[in-house]
Amino acid sequence: MGDQKELRFSGTGGQGLILAGIIMADAAIRDGRNSIQYQSYGPEARGGASRAEVIIGDEEIDYPKVSNPDVLLVMSQEACDKFACDLAKGGVIIVDSTYVQKLPELNGRVYKLPISQTARDEVGREMVANVVALGAVVRITGVVSKDVLLEALLARIPKGTEDMNCKALKLGWELAEP
Amino acid sequence: MSRVIELAQLMQGNEAAAEGALAAGVRFFAGYPITPSTEVAEIMAERLPRLGGKFIQMEDEIASMAAIIGASLVGVKSITATSGPGFSLMQENIGFAAMAEVPCVIVNVQRSGPSTGMPTAPAQGDIMQARWGTHGDYPIIALCPSSVREAYDLALRAVNLAEKYRVPVVLLMDEVVGHLRERVVLPPLDELEIVNRREPIETPANYKAYRADETGVPPMANFGIGYRYHVTGLAHDEKGAPTNDPATAEGLLLRLHDKLQRNLDDIIIENSRSLDDAEVVVLAYGATARSARHAVKKARQENIKAGLYQPLSLWPFPAASVDRLAEQAHTIVVPEMNLGQYRIEVERTVRGRAEVVGVNRANGELLSPDEIMQAILEVVNK
Repeated sequence: MGDQKELRFSGTGGQGLILAGIIMADAAIRDGRNSIQYQSYGPEARGGASRAEVIIGDEEIDYPKVSNPDVLLVMSQEACDKFACDLAKGGVIIVDSTYVQKLPELNGRVYKLPISQTARDEVGREMVANVVALGAVVRITGVVSKDVLLEALLARIPKGTEDMNCKALKLGWELAEP
Repeated sequence: MSRVIELAQLMQGNEAAAEGALAAGVRFFAGYPITPSTEVAEIMAERLPRLGGKFIQMEDEIASMAAIIGASLVGVKSITATSGPGFSLMQENIGFAAMAEVPCVIVNVQRSGPSTGMPTAPAQGDIMQARWGTHGDYPIIALCPSSVREAYDLALRAVNLAEKYRVPVVLLMDEVVGHLRERVVLPPLDELEIVNRREPIETPANYKAYRADETGVPPMANFGIGYRYHVTGLAHDEKGAPTNDPATAEGLLLRLHDKLQRNLDDIIIENSRSLDDAEVVVLAYGATARSARHAVKKARQENIKAGLYQPLSLWPFPAASVDRLAEQAHTIVVPEMNLGQYRIEVERTVRGRAEVVGVNRANGELLSPDEIMQAILEVVNK
């Protein structure tokens, strides 16, 4: 209860959204806070709609599901069509403009950023779009500090991919520059 | 940073169950991977060889259950993990473990059923199966966590109870708790209470494998150290020899029950919240207990005298506690991700002294706090 922050990362299976959720929840713990990460998924692996949910707070977290996210990341048109209307009043929606063209009227702060495009063009691997997104989400929302985000990222990625991921995080951070 | 923050980590429920079992001394896993329990097998495959243990992926769940019984008989603490369809296949050998008194732990991460159902969706549909899944009047213990920390603690406890009472123990999780990741601070390993099976003091020549002393639990000789005895699912005498003698068969069955019944204080474990003055009690377990806890908090904010009772051990049934609730509360609300399996047992114990109301869902979705709150409001406004 109290000052819980609820986040939902949504897109397509294979975009690494569950890993992004795990990194976010891990970062919050490193920040000395409480957090929980849960996801609903169907039997499909790659290509189907995917979402990861994270709740960050300072008290006991009871119900692990998010109904009206304060922070919503959408990385596919399908996810946008499905979840944009769930956004909490005055919430933040971060849209990957690489894949999302149509956005409904929303009562919140909207950020349209070319997340996947940036990963593809500047890192050469679209695979790291989830990390670009994390950089942007954290800069816009300040939900965790930049230092712990980097710590959590390095703890959760495969050895040998550190440089690529650090670059992606930095690009995301810069992409969200006000 | 404080020590607590340093030790805090993000962990998944299935991972915690595996780690709790390893901390209890489990060194053998046999299983057949199935959603949503697969992470338990994955972690065991990774961790056991490094600890000098063995992981084996069997051809199916019938063989998996047989393999952990065999491993346990030679003295290795053993576990398997599965979900509904696999749990069904394991039932025959679970009965064997109960009858032959072989310590073992079965993790069942419940998913939506019947049959293959919805493999990735949560449910609590195996409550009665955990109690009565195999045939005959057998005793069993089932534990049910609602959080990642509880998954760790109850996995450890499941192994301890199996060893202490020579009984199969079911760790009855659900998909939500199995796949949930949350912040945990685990207890230091050197502070854990680890129970090992009692070994015989007699020489092999004088040993009777099923002769119980005052505890009701016969000391167990591990195979391979010189004690030779017969292990069977048939009714048997103190030496383990099959028998059709009515008195011997009945004596055995009564002892199997008695060894748990006389130790209920040691076996039964429960949590509560705001229960002292509660007039409406929500009785909930597993992931549903999290939603129930939230509903109780909301009700208290609205000055409704609601409380939560959470059995952490579902079987044996906590009859003494539910008896007290029946005297204290005017209504007991029982939310479950099934059509009312545990509620039947609550009603049987309450015997009309309080109203018992079910809140039920069997559609693969976790019950929400609002749905439980709604039930509380309906009771209060009646």
